[in-house]
Amino acid sequence: MSGNGAPLLEVEHVKQYFPVKSGVLIDRTVANVHAVDDVTFSLREGETLGLVGESGCGKTTLSRTVLRLLDSTSGRIRFRGADITRANRRAMRPYRREMQMVFQDPFASLNPRKRVAQILGAPLRQRGVSGGDVDREARDLLDRVGLRREHINRYPHEFSGGQRQRIGIARALAMNPKLVVLDEPVSALDVSIQAQIINLLEELQDSLGLTYLFVAHDLSVVRHVSDRIAVMYLGKIMELSPAANLYDKPIHPYTQALLSAIPIPDPRENRSRRRIVVSGEPPNPIQPPPGCVFHTRCPRATEVCRTVVPPLTEYANGHLAACHHPLNVTPEEIAASSISDASPQTAGQVKPDYVPAGEGGDEQAPGADGTPAAQA
Amino acid sequence: MAEPILEIDHLQVDFRTDEGVVHAVDDVSLTLAAGEVLAVVGESGSGKTVTAMSLLGLNRSPNATFRGSARYRGQELLTASEDELRAIRGAEMAMIFQDPMTSLNPVQRIGDQIAEQILAHEKLTKAQVRDRVVELMERVGIPRAAERARAYPHEFSGGMRQRVMIALALSCSPSVLIADEPTTALDVTIQAQILERLKELKDETGTAIILVTHDLGVVADIADRIAVMYGGRIVEQGTTDEIFYDPQHPYTWGLLGSITRIDRDRAERLPSIAGLPPSLLDPPKGCHFRARCPHEFARCSEVPPLEDRGAGHPDRCWLTLEEKRARRLVDGEIGLVEPSPRGLGLHCENSPEAPSRRVGEHR
Repeated sequence: MSGNGAPLLEVEHVKQYFPVKSGVLIDRTVANVHAVDDVTFSLREGETLGLVGESGCGKTTLSRTVLRLLDSTSGRIRFRGADITRANRRAMRPYRREMQMVFQDPFASLNPRKRVAQILGAPLRQRGVSGGDVDREARDLLDRVGLRREHINRYPHEFSGGQRQRIGIARALAMNPKLVVLDEPVSALDVSIQAQIINLLEELQDSLGLTYLFVAHDLSVVRHVSDRIAVMYLGKIMELSPAANLYDKPIHPYTQALLSAIPIPDPRENRSRRRIVVSGEPPNPIQPPPGCVFHTRCPRATEVCRTVVPPLTEYANGHLAACHHPLNVTPEEIAASSISDASPQTAGQVKPDYVPAGEGGDEQAPGADGTPAAQA
Repeated sequence: MAEPILEIDHLQVDFRTDEGVVHAVDDVSLTLAAGEVLAVVGESGSGKTVTAMSLLGLNRSPNATFRGSARYRGQELLTASEDELRAIRGAEMAMIFQDPMTSLNPVQRIGDQIAEQILAHEKLTKAQVRDRVVELMERVGIPRAAERARAYPHEFSGGMRQRVMIALALSCSPSVLIADEPTTALDVTIQAQILERLKELKDETGTAIILVTHDLGVVADIADRIAVMYGGRIVEQGTTDEIFYDPQHPYTWGLLGSITRIDRDRAERLPSIAGLPPSLLDPPKGCHFRARCPHEFARCSEVPPLEDRGAGHPDRCWLTLEEKRARRLVDGEIGLVEPSPRGLGLHCENSPEAPSRRVGEHR
């Protein structure tokens, strides 16, 4: 995994709203679910970007939007430099081949009435393979994902969950894709099988030069596979950073809360660890809270968080975080930081202020721009 | 350790199916003391849920046979009549099911569902029941409990529904709580809240908990003792520290080695356990882990008994203590060595036999 190539996929200020309709004869849009709310990121060729967040944070919607399985409400999506935001079916066809998806549920994503030969044959024919080559290539694909070539005439129900996920991967590979979106590819599998599939995905990436968008809710799996990681909450990117930085030095309190919530499979370390358990649940995405969307659960929230959307600020190493009161950064690092282009358009333009570590929200942190913190 | 309140001796559960007899649970013995958290760990199909359900007679059917014994405070559970079981279920031993989305009645108000269970075991007035329901809901951390008791399950989020399940299970102050994957369907921040709550409740009420799970992180967080199950058998049993720091069975090594951790740098390759769990219709002779075990040798064709081989806790592996301590380290960490270097695509599920059909499989 290198990830130093040219950008393969560029996503700029993409929004995906789903209308909530009501009315007897005429459907009126009464509200919008803000599933993805102004997200910007790019994927470099050969890298793996992990996309994590709790259920309902918009990570699956985002992955579908960038593949153009959903039409974005606004924003721009470029694939290999070409703007595909509003490309029609015909114009999309050459790009479709290069972007494939592996789904979460290996039981629901394979047609139970088709044999493996048909499941893999359809995309191969789509690619222009014909005659006896279809069968030969399908068998090669099985070999590639670690199944036996003789399994070609079996039905999906004859395989276990891990094996089915391998068929799903083979189906994605059949198109010779550049980009593979992996939507929770291992969360339906047993632990010992998860490791097998993750190893397979890494080997395939190395040998085929694939680019992965790895969507998952499990931060420990994501740590293992990703070069960079984006943390989403309620439709927005909270933090985006090189993988190791995110775990060593989380800047956003939400990231810290997520990391701290994961029990470490080591009893001694678990006992010695001080855990921060955030209270409450994610708010309703129909009416996201004003200001920072995490302020309702954040231990460090102050007045500015309730009113001003925090800008995505770029710290050293390309570490982005959208927080007014960042963790694990020094005043010097804040001074050296800049507001990123990836910042949401509605965000404030004021840099974060310095709050010493270990101080919670009880303490009055003054607004960075000198806003009196007491205004309600 | 205190007097055990639950004793399982040589439990064996078989299911007759069209394809043959499935030996879902094979010679499982466990004890549970008051106030203790026992984690039963294993993959899907390892028999952990079947064991838990057998205790409450939830999987009785004409096709199921139960052998051995399971006693709650001396009372035999496997042969107990439905009436006897009904007095125990909910009041003495309660269960939290895995899926909070499907285990509540969708057309009954939350408060009424909890009240129904209380009234099944105790004679109380309407007002007393209402107070008790609200108090229970508050105890598990449901805000505005009095108001929320009138809501229906669909008005609750997953985390809140799981709290309702816990409130239901606690409604008659049981001495044993069986929690089957209680946090698997939940997000990590909600999982952390629920685990904290379970720990507090255990300390307050002294309820013993059997935690059925596959998540070793959760186990490390909350369990006092662990039983590792594989292919219907307990392969190793000990205190949490013994299992994590002195594991004796190769399957446990593989399990510990293959988990991804947030507090460690990434390894080049994640150690995995090759192959698939055995089919319980036609399990391998001898040790069930044999086919996937790189340390297999001739003796493994005999079933190893669960006994202490010098480590201080029992396991089912024929290797000697010295052999185990030497072989379980892979690059300084506990893990399972991968048999002979293999190329891309050959390191995995290559078993020629038909896929295992597993009983009690759930996702």
